[in-house]
Amino acid sequence: MTDKLTQNKQENNDYLVEVQSLVKWFPVQTTFIDQLFSKERDFVRAVDGVSFNIRRGEVLGLAGESGSGKTTIGRVTIGLEEKTEGNVLFDGIDLSTLSAEELRKLRRRMQVIFQDPLASLNPRMSLGDAIQQGLKIHYPETAKDHRDIVLDIMEKVGLSPAKFFYNKFPHQISGGQRQRVVIARALVTNPDLILADEPIAMADVSVRALLLDLMVQLKDELNLTYLFITHDLATAKYICDRIAILYLGKIVEISELEEVYGHPLHPYTRALLAAVPVPDPHDRRKEPMPKGEIPNPINPPPGCRFHPRCPYAQEICSQEEPLLRELRPGHQVACHFAEDFLNA
Amino acid sequence: MSEKEILMQVRDLSVEYNTRLGEVSAVDNVSFEIYKGEILGLVGESGCGKSTMGKALMRMIQPPGKITSGQIIVNGEDIMAYDQKQMRDFRGRKVSMIFQDPMTSLNPVQRVDEHIIEAIQVHEPDTNTTEALARAQTLIQRLGIRKNRMKSYPHQLSGGMRQRVMVGLGLVLNADLIIADEATTSLDVIVEAQLADQLRDIRETFGVSLLVITHNIALVAELSDRLAVMYAGHIVEMGDVESVFDTPLHPYTKGLLKSIPNIKLDDTEKLYKMPGEPPNLTHPPAGCRFHPRCPFAMSICSQVEPEFSEIVPGRMVKCWLYLDHPDKEEATIEVTA
Repeated sequence: MTDKLTQNKQENNDYLVEVQSLVKWFPVQTTFIDQLFSKERDFVRAVDGVSFNIRRGEVLGLAGESGSGKTTIGRVTIGLEEKTEGNVLFDGIDLSTLSAEELRKLRRRMQVIFQDPLASLNPRMSLGDAIQQGLKIHYPETAKDHRDIVLDIMEKVGLSPAKFFYNKFPHQISGGQRQRVVIARALVTNPDLILADEPIAMADVSVRALLLDLMVQLKDELNLTYLFITHDLATAKYICDRIAILYLGKIVEISELEEVYGHPLHPYTRALLAAVPVPDPHDRRKEPMPKGEIPNPINPPPGCRFHPRCPYAQEICSQEEPLLRELRPGHQVACHFAEDFLNA
Repeated sequence: MSEKEILMQVRDLSVEYNTRLGEVSAVDNVSFEIYKGEILGLVGESGCGKSTMGKALMRMIQPPGKITSGQIIVNGEDIMAYDQKQMRDFRGRKVSMIFQDPMTSLNPVQRVDEHIIEAIQVHEPDTNTTEALARAQTLIQRLGIRKNRMKSYPHQLSGGMRQRVMVGLGLVLNADLIIADEATTSLDVIVEAQLADQLRDIRETFGVSLLVITHNIALVAELSDRLAVMYAGHIVEMGDVESVFDTPLHPYTKGLLKSIPNIKLDDTEKLYKMPGEPPNLTHPPAGCRFHPRCPFAMSICSQVEPEFSEIVPGRMVKCWLYLDHPDKEEATIEVTA
């Protein structure tokens, strides 16, 4: 078992990550008065039955609006948050069977990049020290090589000359460079999986393209697998191989990226794609937008969760929950009337 | 829009921030105009001075910032000469502003109707509450908020609805210009698109001008009539949104437009990677502030600052490629309309 935790790339199956019927509910804080009248506890149903796999070496995108559960899925997938129900397997290992110590060992193989680089770096730690932390924890036996490993990874992410940046502090460098530090810190333990939670949402347009390119290049060079969480479908297009569209804690559509963008079958996906502004004043959006906003996940609508906003909703939609069905090769969608869009 | 009437004329506006590290020239000698009934998009990356510019137009720059020079002319009057009382009347009645985070702009212990009634009564003390309430209700309904929402507190509304209340506050005094500073940025895409539709709609119905300040260039393409591109405290290019997107003149605009992710283009299209990052404005580069990152930089560019000039009718650009100078050896590019 210990071997399995520490050794990389066990080629015994195609999937690095398997998520099966994952459920994550957060209890809502109850007040004293509620307890007095023994009111039943409410739950925020952040993730409510989600299944997907991530193939080795692919970039899977999780896209959705705020409150869709995309960040929670990411956090549960790498064991930062405990699941309520369901299974998460990393390289065939069920995370829930691991002790805290074993999970800590396994963490070397799955690292995270968060949205705000300034918030994820300790302002009083030099960049070199920050990047080195992972090595100190996971490879204490090779302490004398740490500096060289750090310098090497800094060059790889474009913090060059690395010796110049090594002793700098986060406030002395630009936002784009900070995000490179965070990327370097995630890569230094030689992981298999990177959870990238809105990694470039804070960066300016002119810096974004560089960071995206860097992430793709590092993926190929270091055999990485990404779980890429984003609200920005335009950016997802430039990095994801497959994409899952989430709405209120459920996957409504999942397939190869070109398949979803080229043949969106769920009304929500269609609205989401139409809402993305296009940088071309000759091609302005004409489609009307669905009314309202994403509802409260404490009491999600019955049946299809999108039905109150859906322009095509019929009676069945408010009564029966649609299941994910494969309508085109490798293309699953959860809508009672998705066939109507097959030839659209 | 054949005959364009000028609503606001900005001349040589400069804003500086006095910081521990020295003077930061956030807006440097900027001149432009806003026409009646137009939607003008002001785009740029973080730190380019676009928000400072928006605030300066309402004279809302707080110390250590200061408007160091310039004129802002509305209806033939320079508002820089206004006293406090005149400014108070100007803000709200002539120009109003919507910010990125409506939660911090709305009073958490005031209901929606109280906000609007207060705005009316501050500026029009003669209006009684019933009258003000009636006005507030008509407006709120036109913005697509249900009547029973009038009694809600800000935290009971969704992000999109809060932002619509802010739009309502801007409209209730019949302001001529609404400045929207990253107003859609914290909203989800679908809600952002709804608000964009709404902004276009209020321009049609109320004839108000909008200055949309944003980092999201795609949104400006979707929404605005004209576009101004800001870089390091300067407007470097300005013109009709179609013509700027079709033929960007300034090298910064060219690079910027090629680096925006586009959901419609084929996958083969690679994003342009602009070298470097925007400069620190305590020590801006000499000459043209973009020259260290510019692929077309000439020797003149690092020495003399180019004038913001009209190259073809309606197209302004601040770049030596299109201007003559005695010390310049390279040929000047002729642009035809």
